Amino acid sequence: MNSIGPLTLLTALPIAGAVLVLILKRAQKLSRAVAIVIAVAALLATLVLWARFDSAAPGMQFQEVHTWAPSVGLTYHVGVDGLGILLLVLSAVVVLMSLAASWRNASHGPVYFALVLLLEAGLFGTFTALNFLHWFIFWELTLLPAFFLVRLWGGPQRGRASVQFFFYTMVGSVALLLAFLALYLATGTYDFTTLAQMAQNGGLAAALQQNLHWGGWSGGHIALILFWAVFLGFAVKTPVVPFHGWLPDTYSEASSETTMLLTGAMSKMGIFGFLRILLPIFPAQMQEMLTPLLWLAVASIVLPAFAAWRQKDLKRTFAYSSVNHLGYCVLGVCVAAKLTGVDPSLAIEKSAALTGVLLQIFSHGLTAAALFWFVALLERRSGGLRGLEDFGGLRKIVPVFCGLMGIAIFASLGLPGLNGFPAEFLIFKGAFPLAGWAATAALLGLLLTAVFLLGILQKVFFGPLGKGQLETKTDTNSSSLPAAMRDLSTTERFALAPAIALMFVLGLYPQLIAGKMAGTVTQWTTPATSATEAYKTTAPKHNAARLEAASGAWLIHRKAQAGKAQVAD
Amino acid sequence: MIRILWLIPAIPVLAAGFIALLKRGQRKLAATAAIGALGVSLVMSVAAFASMLGNSGLQVMNFRWLQFGTQWISLGWLLDPLAAIMLVMVSFVGLLIFIYSIGYMAEDENFTRFFCFLSLFAGAMLAVVIANSLLLLFMGWELVGLTSYLLIGFWYHKPEAAAAAKKAFIVTRVGDLGLLLGMVWLYGSTGTLLFYNHGAGCLEHGALAVLVAHTTIGGMAVSTAIALLIFLGAAGKSGQVPFHIWLPDAMEGPTPVSALIHAATMVAAGVYLIARVYPLMSITVTPGTISTALQVIAWIGAITAFFAACIAVAQDDIKRILAYSTISQLGYMMLGLGVGGVAVGMFHLITHACFKALLFLGAGSVIHGCGGEQDIRKMGGLRRFMPITFVTYASGMLALCGFPLFAGFWSKDEILHAAHGWPMSLGPFYLGTAGALLTAFYMMRQVYYVFLGSRRTADEAAEAAAKAADETTAAHGHATAHGHGEPHESPAVMGIPMIILGFLAAFLGFVGTPAWPWFSDFLTGQTTTLDFGRFGEAGLLPLMAVSSLMVFAGLGLGWWFYGRKPIVSASQPDGLEQAMPPVFGALRRRLFVDELYAVTVVRLVRWGSALADVFDRFVLGGLAGLMALLVNGLGHIDNSLDTHAVNGGFDLGCRELATGGRWFAAWQSGRVQTYLRTIGIALIVLAVMLLWWGKA
Repeated sequence: MNSIGPLTLLTALPIAGAVLVLILKRAQKLSRAVAIVIAVAALLATLVLWARFDSAAPGMQFQEVHTWAPSVGLTYHVGVDGLGILLLVLSAVVVLMSLAASWRNASHGPVYFALVLLLEAGLFGTFTALNFLHWFIFWELTLLPAFFLVRLWGGPQRGRASVQFFFYTMVGSVALLLAFLALYLATGTYDFTTLAQMAQNGGLAAALQQNLHWGGWSGGHIALILFWAVFLGFAVKTPVVPFHGWLPDTYSEASSETTMLLTGAMSKMGIFGFLRILLPIFPAQMQEMLTPLLWLAVASIVLPAFAAWRQKDLKRTFAYSSVNHLGYCVLGVCVAAKLTGVDPSLAIEKSAALTGVLLQIFSHGLTAAALFWFVALLERRSGGLRGLEDFGGLRKIVPVFCGLMGIAIFASLGLPGLNGFPAEFLIFKGAFPLAGWAATAALLGLLLTAVFLLGILQKVFFGPLGKGQLETKTDTNSSSLPAAMRDLSTTERFALAPAIALMFVLGLYPQLIAGKMAGTVTQWTTPATSATEAYKTTAPKHNAARLEAASGAWLIHRKAQAGKAQVAD
Repeated sequence: MIRILWLIPAIPVLAAGFIALLKRGQRKLAATAAIGALGVSLVMSVAAFASMLGNSGLQVMNFRWLQFGTQWISLGWLLDPLAAIMLVMVSFVGLLIFIYSIGYMAEDENFTRFFCFLSLFAGAMLAVVIANSLLLLFMGWELVGLTSYLLIGFWYHKPEAAAAAKKAFIVTRVGDLGLLLGMVWLYGSTGTLLFYNHGAGCLEHGALAVLVAHTTIGGMAVSTAIALLIFLGAAGKSGQVPFHIWLPDAMEGPTPVSALIHAATMVAAGVYLIARVYPLMSITVTPGTISTALQVIAWIGAITAFFAACIAVAQDDIKRILAYSTISQLGYMMLGLGVGGVAVGMFHLITHACFKALLFLGAGSVIHGCGGEQDIRKMGGLRRFMPITFVTYASGMLALCGFPLFAGFWSKDEILHAAHGWPMSLGPFYLGTAGALLTAFYMMRQVYYVFLGSRRTADEAAEAAAKAADETTAAHGHATAHGHGEPHESPAVMGIPMIILGFLAAFLGFVGTPAWPWFSDFLTGQTTTLDFGRFGEAGLLPLMAVSSLMVFAGLGLGWWFYGRKPIVSASQPDGLEQAMPPVFGALRRRLFVDELYAVTVVRLVRWGSALADVFDRFVLGGLAGLMALLVNGLGHIDNSLDTHAVNGGFDLGCRELATGGRWFAAWQSGRVQTYLRTIGIALIVLAVMLLWWGKA
């Protein structure tokens, strides 16, 4: 019970890093270097976990259970399945990208770096937690550094934007918290896996009816209310239209490096919630509400794509594009909730949609972070300009920049050969047989994405030179001497190269991710058969027994892995 | 052969990757890499073709690509006569155009990038050809679209080029989304996207039977719905009405690009796609009838063939005329597929690839020789200055018109023959025949304007120079180098590819004559025999006579309007314009299709986006603002409560405490006398009290 598992260490690493960075605050350069080293170490750690993750096994891996505060139902219970491990790697990648982008940004001091590391810790905690309270603590913990990152290092409107961001997210969080309190009162547990099992065997609605006396409502009705409350929490975070009001302002007012984190990693917390909490715990409610949910998903795909075309600001355009891309994830999750009975072919479609969602999570994180990185580079070169009309003919003076950003834009557009395509194809492949009208309507989003992204290319890269780059100001030299914009430096090229290379790798060989997800997806689509023995004992009454069993599972797993390693030797 | 077939597309793609890493100055290396890579692909393609000559069986090679849950998406490649012949055509025409580009792009500063894109294009196109999976085909298809986008916008500083590139990508993407939808539908219904997989592919009997057996909205068979969606993609790529609008604008790209991508190969990919999935296109519920999909294809093809030929009549840009001609010919190919089958459509595809590439290369040579001029009214009499270009161009032009014995004659005739025998309707046949007349007419007009008559460049030299001065850096770097002296013949590196294609334009048709129908026999796997008796088939010779008559009539009309009285000045109104001004005007404005789109689709999308933006800014923003007001209001109320009630009470309490404190403080003054006095008094009081109660 005293053993500390890898996931705990992983979460602790960035916290320790943040403290270290703050201690070394005086030595600016050193503290930044330490932050980068910590981010690299975190990435390597997640990659080690990724390599040791058993893709065929269903259920949680690297589990760890400690008693924490049993009186309020709080258990320290962490573990990852395919979704969790994927998001760990993605968070580490995006944080590293963001820190690398901040490297040359003079205004981002050690405090900034420390906050980013804290945010990373919050993300790791959120993506590994399996007990609601524990999870919720980390969920809120990410909000604090994010709030300050937006508040302290943004554009002129950042104050308003950060408050908006905080307010919206808090509303969602409060709804989540209340819903889970109700669930706890009814069931006596906060454990995701237990709750999911109760939902599977119908115990949840019964417990709600029995233990909550809400004006004589049936358990199903109460569950539906709770479902919408939880949905609200995730819908704000993802965001789902119409709960996205905070996003364009926040993404465009935050500094681009912060936006990389917001869109690359934090937006995935919402999708994580959909997959980890909503889909397993409220499947019946999702089925009942499928049509409105699909409407929301289609709206999240189509409306932001329309709106993006209208924007005159690069960051706002990409912000809307981000909503659009996550809309495909929402669509994939919703169709996977559809009640399909015993038809095995539709279970296949579900697994296609869910694999697509997982690929899209990673793919969008990578692409969106890269796009905002390019915006950051552009802003730094143009003295903060980022309007579409400020530029023109950039290909002439900064061809390498345009070439690489063009790759990222085409990845975002879903061009085959780059990372976006396999994800979107699988989502559509799954969505069409399950909800044909929604998939067809969502195609409009794919078309409009091409329209506005190519519009950006046309205005910014093509045509005659615009005014933005004729009077270039650099960071340090703010004189208004007209100087040609610099192309990417060698360092910048090498920093960007891995991200761009990853886009190609995932486009040509998406199996790299999809293969790891196979076990998890299979488990999601065939829940009845894949409940492993380790979870059979999970009942709130036998808390101690459950802890033993779960931690035993972790130990056994570790031994098994050690054994495997020996065999390999 | 089949095991290493994937190298055919892979080598040019790798070459493109290699060239992308080169520096701008390494021109020779770039051209060598691109041409070498495509040369290797050509050799391998020919070897693949040769291996098909002996046995025409289908060979496939499938592999697992992507896993979802317990399932796998497989991709694969195949080799059959259809793919083999297409492979040879693409790599052969491609190679000639690559070589030609060395001369044409010699002065361009982005020479290396040009070859990078060309190479990538060739690889993607070859991948489309050998794909044994609709998904793999789609991937190559989109990449082909990307390179088309990049190459149309190659002279990116020209706003028109940038706009044309975007237009091409988006219009074709509309079709592509239809294709995507058809693809996921096909996948969902049959469980595979492999064309052939030893009986389990989606084009094989089992899957087709499933598709036909199920119906969807309106009682349509699922197979029909999917086939029509796939045709949507093909129509977008192949510029069928109403998706044709992008192709003329695509002429903003360098001319070799127009020749390779927008005439010979990519635009024919749609035709190839239909040919590839022909079993799906032609399947019907009741055998022996003609499927709905094929009827649609035939009609759309015929309409396109006629419609585009009409517009071509009134264009003045040498490349735009050819662009509309390409659209029209693609219509013929679709018509051929619809009414006659794979061999009929594909034969025209192959011959057209040769003579249309030739025509574009000739046009490029003319533009090159005239210092970037593209307006045919400002040319004239060029046959004396560029004899090789003239002769080869004439060969291509006669082939395009369908002049007897030239390549186009045989292939077009087969289409018309099949259309004539089509049981559904004779409409497509009449449209096709009228189109043939128009084709001869507009080509004659073009040749008169460009090569025959007197030279008009001299008259307008000053004007042209002024105009070209603006565009020298833009349109054609070559202009600066050569100035605007005499028009001149192009160098050998450009001339030789034209001569080779000129021979093919003249003689390639003989592989598919009625007497020796090698082409269709090769595709169907039969051995060919020479039999002149087949000319005697009912209706064949009269039909040939009619179509030849149409060609002669078209050429004659061309002479009547443009050759009878020589054109003397560039500003002189067009011969046809004098005869019927309103018709000519409408045709010159391309029958207002672009304008129609501008007021319908484009406006709709604009409104949609304005609406979405307003919704966000005002409705959602308003709601958020309302919330903020509410919260602020609550804050104010709370604040005043705090100040007046809570704080007031607090202050009151504090005051009382303070008084109390002072009072208590008085007791703790620290003066011993006071304490003693107090104790004394207290003692007295206590004593008195005790005595009083004790008594009682």
